[in-house]
Amino acid sequence: MPAFYLIVITLGAFYLGYRFYSKYLAERVYALDPNFKTPANELADGVDFVPTNKHILLGHHFTAVAGAAPIVGPAIAVYWGWLPAIAWVILGTVFGAGVHDFGAIVTSARNRGQNIGTLSGKVISARASTLFLLIIFFLLTLVNAVFGVVMAILFEAHPGSVIPAVIVIPIAMCIGQWVYRMRGAVLIPSIIGLVLLYAAIPLGQAYPIHVDGLAEMLGLSVRTTWVILIFAYTWVASRLPVWLLLQPRDYINGQQLLVALVVIFAGVVVGWDTITAPAVNEVAEGTKHWFPYLFITIACGAISGFHSLVASGTTSKQIANETDARYIGYGGAMGEGALALAAILACTAGLGSAADWQTAYANFGAASGGALGNFVTGVGHFLSNLGIEASLGASFAVVVVVTFAGTTMDTGVRLQRYILEEIAELAGFKALVGKTSLLTTLAVLIPLALALVPGGEGDGGKGFAFGQLWTLFGTTNQLTAGLALSVIAVWVLARDRNPLAAIVPLTFLLVMTSWALVLNLLDFLAQGSWMLLIMDAGIFVLTAWLILEAATALNRQRRSA
Amino acid sequence: MNDADEPATGASLWQRINAFHDELFVAPWRAGIARQARKEEEILVALLFLEALGIPGPADYYALELYPDLIEAFHRWHQRMGMETFPEAGVCC
Repeated sequence: MPAFYLIVITLGAFYLGYRFYSKYLAERVYALDPNFKTPANELADGVDFVPTNKHILLGHHFTAVAGAAPIVGPAIAVYWGWLPAIAWVILGTVFGAGVHDFGAIVTSARNRGQNIGTLSGKVISARASTLFLLIIFFLLTLVNAVFGVVMAILFEAHPGSVIPAVIVIPIAMCIGQWVYRMRGAVLIPSIIGLVLLYAAIPLGQAYPIHVDGLAEMLGLSVRTTWVILIFAYTWVASRLPVWLLLQPRDYINGQQLLVALVVIFAGVVVGWDTITAPAVNEVAEGTKHWFPYLFITIACGAISGFHSLVASGTTSKQIANETDARYIGYGGAMGEGALALAAILACTAGLGSAADWQTAYANFGAASGGALGNFVTGVGHFLSNLGIEASLGASFAVVVVVTFAGTTMDTGVRLQRYILEEIAELAGFKALVGKTSLLTTLAVLIPLALALVPGGEGDGGKGFAFGQLWTLFGTTNQLTAGLALSVIAVWVLARDRNPLAAIVPLTFLLVMTSWALVLNLLDFLAQGSWMLLIMDAGIFVLTAWLILEAATALNRQRRSA
Repeated sequence: MNDADEPATGASLWQRINAFHDELFVAPWRAGIARQARKEEEILVALLFLEALGIPGPADYYALELYPDLIEAFHRWHQRMGMETFPEAGVCC
């Protein structure tokens, strides 16, 4: 089947979802009121609460929720064939992420812009705030661990991409200096920055960076050396002022995201590639089956709880009119679905013949460890359709993923520092409170230890348990989505409206997450992977806790209605 | 976008594009950067006004000429710290 048909089907389904289902949500479930005074207007302070143009806010929301995760998840999940992956992306986006992201903005905006953690304590129960804190702790630990490994895998496999990936840092810093020290407009320097970044791609090809010598000196593998270097960089980057690196690099990511989406879709159309992956890949008995693993392998790109943190953390405080929530929340979810579609296309139509595909996706270990390599190869192929050399195209794809992953880790370590401080305060460990360096070190060491856990099926993880870490990350992400959907469902029910739009994805996610966690638990037990076993058991306890809290809150609300 | 930052009516297309683009850059991080700036200002004010708090400040002699410029910042600072008016007469309020 021509890959273009998949674009038409997916974007067509998104259009119908937006046109009809989001309209139903806006009118009947969330009952948007154009006259409601949003927190941005009521509490306007020029800092947190600022009424913002809805197109700008969509751009902000979309780039904040999109990252490397909607690329990695689908790139792994096509192991089960393109059909389950794309079906979950479509259904998850239309009936899951759309409801979740849209609902999180509305619920937060109706509660003076409070975030989902505060709202869970208010709407579900006081205990739910602690539950939220623990879920976020697990989520951030796993985010930082998997993205550390993601970057190491790419740097080892594509040493030619190290220079362009690293050069983003001084470019971002120069933009930050220009904007805040020179008080200049961003447009021209950002275009110059983009040109310099792309000019560094052939430079990187000419001067590939290897760390073999350092690895040999330290007595470590090349990949372990890269992981340690990346975490060391993150320790420094997360301590820098936001304006100097994080903000401009995040902005460059937004540019990269748009360029990547355009070139991938244009490459598919121009090359008229066909999908060579099977619709459903029959996997060997006793290995990971798509049911239930698909639903946690693709979180971002179908439905992801991380979005609720952005939706309730910043977006809800900036919407100028409540009716904008549909455009921004549902629209942002569709944008992320489109990125997942691009990843699926690269890994199903960009890898060559059916035999090449079978080699790349021989087993789950190869699929997970090689997912990024497959995405990069696929993007390189699509760019070659546009007349750009495939190796340069591949370097471009590596830069896109690495800049996303680097920014996510920088943000993740910062947030983990705050969460650790909060947990330390709650637990009475006064020695940790206010110790930024110590907290940052802990925020780096915990995911670093997890990233270095040995294991992995087959050779795909090359000594790392990347596939297992990714599935654990998916469970925490879905757990966060479950918490946000619980808040939304209780809030909707309290207003005598039908909460099924939130309860159906909530139930589905909690069942699939619990199921996958139990299967993982048995796997880790059999493999003797004690660290992963403890993580899995911890997340399972949080899931059970969430199920009890959500059921109790919904039942209480139903009785009082 | 703050009203003050909006291009004036009659601004050229280039100015409007620049303003829209600048807002795309600033909007996501406005709150984070403002918080960071405030934190830095709080540390600076607390250090420079140690004397007013009854603690000998080693930099006071060198920072004397800054005080008139910083008095408003100090006023905002003690209000954020929970003191509506500063108890020491003649300092700021």
